[in-house]
Amino acid sequence: MHTVVPDDAVRIGEPFTEEHESLRGAVRRWAEDEIAPNAEQWEADEWFPDEVFRRAGELGFLGLTVPERYGGQGGDYWSTVVRAEELARGRSGSVSMALAVQSDMATPPILKFGTEQQKQDYLVPSVTGEKIACLGITEPEAGSDVARIRTRAQRVSDGWVINGSKMFITNGVRADYCTMVVRTSPADEGDGLGWSGISLFLVDTDLDGFHVSRKLDKVGMRASDTAELSFTDLHVPDTALLGTEGQGFKQIMWELQGERLISAIGAVAGAQFMFERGLEYSRQRHAFGRPIGSFQVQKHRLMDIATRVGASRRLVYEACDRWNRGEYAINEVAMVKLDTAQLSFWVADEVMQLFGGYGYSQEFPIERAWRDSRLMRIGGGTDEVQREIISKLMGL
Amino acid sequence: MAADLDLTPTTAAQGTRLPLYAEEHEALRASARAFVANELAPHVEAWEAAEDFPRDEVFRTVGAGGWLGLKFDERWGGSGPDYLAHAVWLEELVRTGSAGLNADLGAHADLALLYVDRNGDDQHKERYLRPGIAGETVGALGITEPGAGSDVAGITTRARRDGDDWVITGEKTFITNGAWCDWIVLAVKTDPEAADQHRAISLFVVDTDLPGVQQQRLKMLGWRLSHTGQLRFDDVRVPASAMLGAEGSGFLQIMQNFAWERVSMSIGASTAAQRTLEAAIAYAKERHAFGRPIASFQVWRHRFADLATRIATARALTYHALRLHVANETGHDVDPIALMRATAMAKLSTQRLAFEVADECVQVHGGYGYMMEYPAQRWWRDARLGPIGGGTDEIMKEILAKTYGL
Repeated sequence: MHTVVPDDAVRIGEPFTEEHESLRGAVRRWAEDEIAPNAEQWEADEWFPDEVFRRAGELGFLGLTVPERYGGQGGDYWSTVVRAEELARGRSGSVSMALAVQSDMATPPILKFGTEQQKQDYLVPSVTGEKIACLGITEPEAGSDVARIRTRAQRVSDGWVINGSKMFITNGVRADYCTMVVRTSPADEGDGLGWSGISLFLVDTDLDGFHVSRKLDKVGMRASDTAELSFTDLHVPDTALLGTEGQGFKQIMWELQGERLISAIGAVAGAQFMFERGLEYSRQRHAFGRPIGSFQVQKHRLMDIATRVGASRRLVYEACDRWNRGEYAINEVAMVKLDTAQLSFWVADEVMQLFGGYGYSQEFPIERAWRDSRLMRIGGGTDEVQREIISKLMGL
Repeated sequence: MAADLDLTPTTAAQGTRLPLYAEEHEALRASARAFVANELAPHVEAWEAAEDFPRDEVFRTVGAGGWLGLKFDERWGGSGPDYLAHAVWLEELVRTGSAGLNADLGAHADLALLYVDRNGDDQHKERYLRPGIAGETVGALGITEPGAGSDVAGITTRARRDGDDWVITGEKTFITNGAWCDWIVLAVKTDPEAADQHRAISLFVVDTDLPGVQQQRLKMLGWRLSHTGQLRFDDVRVPASAMLGAEGSGFLQIMQNFAWERVSMSIGASTAAQRTLEAAIAYAKERHAFGRPIASFQVWRHRFADLATRIATARALTYHALRLHVANETGHDVDPIALMRATAMAKLSTQRLAFEVADECVQVHGGYGYMMEYPAQRWWRDARLGPIGGGTDEIMKEILAKTYGL
């Protein structure tokens, strides 16, 4: 008989198995015991220790879907979902983002397009957390319009020489290497869009000519280091080329799918976490002689939040299910990126309203969540870029 | 660029962990679509203009096609129970383009027959479910009254015992099919003095040709093809066997059956929103302004992308509610709070959305959108019922808030 419930589902209607749930418990303990207690201090320091990467690696959280032969767990995509969901309990958008860059943005192209040697040299130590990765796409003059990047690699006898710069690079101050998008030949007039002539490179940050120009000061995500990088006659060997020369645009578009999906999962998890804090506060806080949660307007506000979070989560799960089934689901990914980015900032704003003056003061983490979540609508492709993708796929 | 670059995800391809429709449902979808296109859709504009449709002909045709019995047992002339098959039918029924027609069919199959199936005994099923599935009789569900809607415990229609019979007095309103139904599942107070008012209500199936029953059609903003009406019951005498379920169990039955009402409304609204968006886009591609199709202006492209995203989100939640409902019906141990939340959230997130999409559809049509000769205004008027009927949006939030202890 046809069933709508997988045999090994722990809760009816949810995709997770026993194995996922035990991973959930492990991530939650780590987030609550080792991240949350330090989150405020790290924000104040505008830095969190590199040790966090090594600890995440030691616990197996950086290679959940990486095959075992490269030190990973060989799990399915739902294990990534579980990790992103539970990391929200660490109350540090900065740490969640830094780890996501490591495991779901900078390294998947190595597993997907890299040589065996590149996997050994970069992927394996990234899974253990010994090497920290960053992803270099955006430049001072080109963000979502990837085809317009200007950082150039010139072929020389024993490799390539790179000149140019990259902007808004998460983990960029501390990274050991950068998965970088570089122009290797002028744009082909034929394609008119500049897609051709772009390639990916794995670039060690300790090479001569690699400079961290500055650490950027941001309105939110302050514990995360964001860098502007510059490259002056940076010499890399032939083996630094990742994948096929000239295929970089397609390869990075592939990367962006995983990037947007992980950010969507994290955004919903963050929104759920904020909803729960709002719910809690609405029961505790009294005004005019009763809990504010008993006022109908606040009650309905909270239920609007719960409903939007609930709905967004279901679309994210559908997109994850497609990804896990091996589909290149560009449309769904753009939709969940757009939807959840707006959701998380809206929820933060609504919960700030519920918290009143405390929401606006730094005694409570609400104002930080509000500042942090604002990034979702900009990073990984702006809302406007997602709408461009969605409307193009609709034939508009 | 080489076309052969493999762009599949690196995670090993697995089967779905969110199963819903099976292959057989997709086959059924094709025949439902053909049925709607051939038997119903061609008549809709004429029926809408006349604000009427041939009741017996339509119900019998739909019944003969097997579309009223998908979620009921073969024993009573159905082909189920398969709620997923019925969900497919509801999605395809939206293609009639007439919410009023669909409402009459839905009030019969998704409300009236549902109650008889789930709460009736064999005698009730023989008398109402079997002919109802065939489309030979038309049913309705009577809960709302002039003085009580979502506040079900506040109804005042009452039945008093008289020997072996019950005698019913009162009024019902906003009853879909109420103007022309052959029978109605009626919520009445059988014990108005009960300390627990939730135990005061019982359900009866009442034939509308009994002495003392009056039916009248209501004029509405939208749903003009629907035969929504009010009914009066003046000392209507029914036998004890007309009671559906146990005495005093009416409130509980109503609460339990709300789940499917909400899921079915969510399926209808999310699908209607999708169809309305498609119609808006089709028009935007055709209509030119300033030398190009208005669909090519960035503001409209982005607005359509936003709507498509919101519809996808609402539909994903609807499918989640449907999945939980089907799991619950097929013997899985579904958390009742999860089910209640999913169905209430689905209704809440689909109904207002369908109206907003219809409003944008009017907007993209410009002046034509405001003209009665185009259907956009009708979809807009029709969609406005969604956040009101089947429990208002505000009631959904009250229900949800209770599940969170607020």
